[in-house]
Amino acid sequence: MQSQLPLYPESASNFSSQVDGLMLFMVAVCLFFGALICVAVVYFFFRYRRKTADEIGAPIHGDLRLEITWIVLPFFLLMAMFGWGAVIYVDYRHAPPDTLDVYVIGKQWMWKLQQPNGRREINELHVPVDRNVRLILASEDVIHDFSVPAFRVKMDVMPGHYNSMWFKPTKTGRYHFFCSQYCGTSHAIMGGWVTVMEQDEYAAWLAGSTNSGDPVAEGAKLYNDLACNTCHLPDGKGRGPSYNGVYGSKVKLADGSAVLADDAYIRESILQPNAKIVAGFQPVMPSFQGLVTEDQIIALTAYIKAQKDQPVPGKPAAGEPATGKK
Amino acid sequence: MSGTTTSSGGEYQLPREHYLNASYGIRSWLLTTDHKRIALLYLAAVTFFFFVGGIFATLIRIHLLTPNGLLVTPETYNKLFTMHGVAMVFFFLIPSIPAILGNFLIPIMIGAKDLAFPKINLLSWYVYIIGGCFVLYSFGTGGLDTGWTFYTPLSSVYSNSAVTPAVIGIFINGFSSILTGLNFVVTVHTMRAPGMTWFRLPLFVWSHYATSLIMILGTPVIAITVLLAGLERIFHFGFFNPAYGGDPILFQHLFWFYSHPAVYIMILPAMGVVSEIIPTFVRKPIFGYSFVAASSIGIAVIGFLVWAHHMFVTGEATYAAIAFSFLSYLVAIPSAVKVFNWTATLYKGSISYDTPMLYALGFIGLFTIGGLTGLFLACLGLDIHLHDTYFVIAHFHYIMVGGAVMGYVGGLHFWWPKITGRLYPEFLARAAAIILFIGFNLTFFPQFILGGLGMPRRYHNYPPEFQVLNVMSTAGASILALGYLLPMLYLTWSMRYGKIAGPNPWPATGLEWKTDSPPLTENFRETPEVDWEPYDFVHRPDLGLTGSKPKLPGKLSPAHGDD
Amino acid sequence: MHRTGELYGQYKTLEQQKETATLGMWVFLVTEILFFGGMFLTYAINRHEYPTAFGVGGNMLDLNLGFANTVVLIASSFTMAMSVWSAQTSNKKLVPIFLIFTLILGIVFLGVKVVEYKQKFDHHLIPGHGFDITYCSKQPAAVCGISEEDHAKEITEIKEGIEADGGLVALNAHAQLYFSLYFGMTGLHALHMIVGAGLLVWLILESRKGRFDANYNTPVENIGLYWHFVDIVWIFLFPLLYLINRHLA
Repeated sequence: MQSQLPLYPESASNFSSQVDGLMLFMVAVCLFFGALICVAVVYFFFRYRRKTADEIGAPIHGDLRLEITWIVLPFFLLMAMFGWGAVIYVDYRHAPPDTLDVYVIGKQWMWKLQQPNGRREINELHVPVDRNVRLILASEDVIHDFSVPAFRVKMDVMPGHYNSMWFKPTKTGRYHFFCSQYCGTSHAIMGGWVTVMEQDEYAAWLAGSTNSGDPVAEGAKLYNDLACNTCHLPDGKGRGPSYNGVYGSKVKLADGSAVLADDAYIRESILQPNAKIVAGFQPVMPSFQGLVTEDQIIALTAYIKAQKDQPVPGKPAAGEPATGKK
Repeated sequence: MSGTTTSSGGEYQLPREHYLNASYGIRSWLLTTDHKRIALLYLAAVTFFFFVGGIFATLIRIHLLTPNGLLVTPETYNKLFTMHGVAMVFFFLIPSIPAILGNFLIPIMIGAKDLAFPKINLLSWYVYIIGGCFVLYSFGTGGLDTGWTFYTPLSSVYSNSAVTPAVIGIFINGFSSILTGLNFVVTVHTMRAPGMTWFRLPLFVWSHYATSLIMILGTPVIAITVLLAGLERIFHFGFFNPAYGGDPILFQHLFWFYSHPAVYIMILPAMGVVSEIIPTFVRKPIFGYSFVAASSIGIAVIGFLVWAHHMFVTGEATYAAIAFSFLSYLVAIPSAVKVFNWTATLYKGSISYDTPMLYALGFIGLFTIGGLTGLFLACLGLDIHLHDTYFVIAHFHYIMVGGAVMGYVGGLHFWWPKITGRLYPEFLARAAAIILFIGFNLTFFPQFILGGLGMPRRYHNYPPEFQVLNVMSTAGASILALGYLLPMLYLTWSMRYGKIAGPNPWPATGLEWKTDSPPLTENFRETPEVDWEPYDFVHRPDLGLTGSKPKLPGKLSPAHGDD
Repeated sequence: MHRTGELYGQYKTLEQQKETATLGMWVFLVTEILFFGGMFLTYAINRHEYPTAFGVGGNMLDLNLGFANTVVLIASSFTMAMSVWSAQTSNKKLVPIFLIFTLILGIVFLGVKVVEYKQKFDHHLIPGHGFDITYCSKQPAAVCGISEEDHAKEITEIKEGIEADGGLVALNAHAQLYFSLYFGMTGLHALHMIVGAGLLVWLILESRKGRFDANYNTPVENIGLYWHFVDIVWIFLFPLLYLINRHLA
């Protein structure tokens, strides 16, 4: 039950304890210095109050040793805070490999969320406890921000590209999530609840999905409707590269570099096909900017992901230039 | 050297001739090039905007009494906090101390007759007024609902409010700031009186010099940025709109490149005020003059290198975030140096409890809290949780209101006798200072806790568990409002009925206290020559404190020589 | 700027007055650098992001007019420098003559700019709903007043651009960004030229009274500094907007 006057937020994710530990350290250091200054000021204030009207103070001009002390000592404390904070931040920004991926689309003023199996939710997010969860965030209009205080996580949701964030819920329950970046009129009601469930309950809940179709099937349909299949043949012999087994692999690019084929890469390849050209192919694909919605991109990505296990018959032998494109 | 018009019996009279009675009529004010009169023009205009912003703030706090919002629709609420921010940041905080106290005092403090470019000084005021009119027009016709940060593409594409006149107003107002900064820098370089060397400059002048550097180097960037956002809104240029290939993050970089240093435009002058008040009411030199002076410049320089700490959750590169967090911690050091030096100045002083001193001590306390909570936000690991919550709101209000406004009101009291020639009622003034301090903490301290709990900023309603803290905050705000109304009333009253102050009522050591109160139009009867060190009470028989002996020889030592 | 060589009230000496005015102008120019800096940064980032579209856009500018304007502006800086020199050596008669030359060259520059803007308007290159990067390539060469050879080059370039940028919609949007920056930057520059021309007119009237000589020439010097600054901005704008990725025959 919520207290009437809570003083600290609930902690329900792997980050909570890390953040709270650092918070405690910072509060302690800052309380110490804050109290030091206040006590000194108050003490001097009464100790050295003026006694006669024409009295003057001692002509002390300064002291180099003191100055150096209060430059150097705080510097080391500050560096400790900085270092500790940076370590946690790196953890925030590097998702482990085994995440459960949930797609989140922000639009004025609601959240559309989609579970790995395609189950959709509005302003509700169900996740299993003790699993690494990754949210892949996109916006259809302005900048939003997905924030779950109980998990101590937050990430801006930008129009034009994916951001992602991850966490591992550690406690079942229902927790607020908010839009944290001001996004217009109903910004304040653009929020909802994260429900952390036991893993078996989550599996049952996921299976009980009734309200939406399979994203892979939807993606497959789009794949035909948008005529992707005219160039991206499964055997890799079309004008574009095959998508078979692409997701999660390293793709060699025409400029000699390599890129990890993740959600952001696939999204970019659909919207700005010529930003990264696969080695051995020509930049001939038109952009689908404005022709597909964020939902449809997610469906297409799901479809491409699902083609993981199929062999790629058209893959050229090593050293031989490929003929196809992305 | 100042032909003081004192009488013999200790009762002072106003000087026969001074800048206020040098000429009369509306034209003599609107066409004046006297820096002191221009300062008063600013005082009137800035007070007006403070009122406007204050009314919005009051409505915001009343609205937040209940979880579902008490007063207004979401649209109106969004307009209220946006207009509160725009009015307070661009039209109150940034010009308050520099354009009023700085304008009035810098030439007198360095022994000059006026600023280097008096006509440009007047022009800055008119530019400010024109910019202000555009913004008021925007407020009056549909309001503004983008947040004072104008983030794109919300401001450039999606908002239905009067964004265009507002950005034009802010663009124009920027030039007022640039011209003021330019005027101050040139004045400090070329207009100092004989003997007024750089290291004899009052710390108020040092901090304004640092402020002016930021105004000169930062303001043009915000001007061009809001101009681009405005062009984007009018002509659909697409610089910051992903739909046209632009980048909304670029806007944030450009915006914060100015708007973070702008915080130092607000706080540095207040630090200058405090550095003047403390030695005066402790009657001893400031501890570590050169460190306090250098830290102003340090803050101005490092302040330009920290802007992207506002963007830790935009998905910016991890290494960039780490670098900006590091630099943000560095900027804490010169601020801490100032606080330590002010505190050390109190040691073995002769401390009086006059009103300006209460404000200065209040400033130290509130600025310390504001500064220390800034460390939480500069910390990468904590900022993710605290970013865009009420913790940020509380933090920057402690800096801007607890710091800058306390400094401003304290400075206004300190120099009120110089500006008007009259003293304010001391008892009321001390009461107001204490009320302000209490009201401020009651208003904003609960917001730290709200932010820690995760309540996002800019919310017109909120989950019910946040209500108690919000009610506390609103209750504090009502005390705070009283604390602001009191000085407005008694200061206005004292302009006519206050006790005559005489040239140096405290007494203080600066050059401004060696001329009449109020001063002549040309400030001094003859160019003063400076042959004393700043804040030196020992070698200043003219202060009338010769009867007393200093408590210590000139060195800090463990001797218990007090009394 | 002060109208005469006499000492103004707030100063103690003429040297102080001159030093103050000159320092003021330099500080002002520093703010101007940052003012233009915001635009140059926006340009740099977008150029890096969309090199193809910016190349296509850049090639649609009239190189001959741009080059001519560069020459005109450099010449005007020379005549401006000469008028400062004339004042410093007390050649009172020469000062207004060189200033008039400077003014004429400045007006020529603005005139050429008007011709260029008009051309862009005719070619549907004004950002907004009517913007169409392919307009000229779809018309016969004569409609846009360009040579058959250039026309053919433009057609190939747009075709290549569409392929490289991922479609006509993308190319058009990104080229529109280029032209937004082109008009933004050259427009801001032209605004500074207009202000400069106004200052020159005042300076010409004053100098005809024989006011500026070796003892007092601060206004000529400071307006000269401003004029050179505006010139230098163009020296950056010309290669950035006209020359990068230029497909020279």
